[in-house]
Amino acid sequence: MTVKEFALHNGYKILSCVDRAEELEITGVYICDLLSMAMAKIDDGELWITVHTNLNIIAIASLTNASCIVIPEGIEVEENTINKAQEKEVVIVQASDRSYDICINFYRQKSGVTYD
Amino acid sequence: MKQALWGQVIKVKSILKREYEIPANDFALAGEASSNVRKILTQLGVNPVIIKRTSIAMYEAELNAVIHGNGGKALVEIFEDKIQILIYDEGPGIEDIELAMVEGYSTAPDSIREMGFGAGMGLSNIKKNADEFLLESEINKGTKVYITIALF
Repeated sequence: MTVKEFALHNGYKILSCVDRAEELEITGVYICDLLSMAMAKIDDGELWITVHTNLNIIAIASLTNASCIVIPEGIEVEENTINKAQEKEVVIVQASDRSYDICINFYRQKSGVTYD
Repeated sequence: MKQALWGQVIKVKSILKREYEIPANDFALAGEASSNVRKILTQLGVNPVIIKRTSIAMYEAELNAVIHGNGGKALVEIFEDKIQILIYDEGPGIEDIELAMVEGYSTAPDSIREMGFGAGMGLSNIKKNADEFLLESEINKGTKVYITIALF
């Protein structure tokens, strides 16, 4: 599933690089707010959930080849971070859900599990 | 021993040499040097696993210079068989290198931790990703981080 398919399906907002979101496949999920840990652990193509919205998350996502950064709970992202993401071709997705629900949504969409 | 190795290899002509300024406490530019090196390695067609290891190791060293070293410089040389990175600063230096190497130990102030840094994993991340890693530091003089990553 691409980042765009995931975002659209769940009503999440793509804040940067919409065209890239169409190409990038999500391979899994990684959640962590410690940047060094994220740097060390994110596998190529993973969706990275973090509550940080500062500029540094762009370098982390870019250097680890994350498919996108997902900011949970509707947290607002600073304009300079979005601009940097555009420049470095990093997709940022803003989700209204909590991290746990974002994971559940990814799993359900990936495995085709329907509910309720 | 490692220093001797470093001394030897710089005599071999590199394919490409780059020098970067690392500005102090500037998080808008932090990671730019690593990001640029990643781009070069991608253009050279280097194995993506090697690129990632280089990116992680260099980014951590770069950020240490931004956060702890009052900024510094990065020297990157790409050889046929390896990448060599030297990141140095003229900052306060590391008091106890052995302690600094312990995962989880950090001297980062709260303002830095709030941004998500200061997990005390930087140096061990460098060590894990580098084929050779040497840390030299002198109080009030600065810190040098030597990273070598084999291309094959």
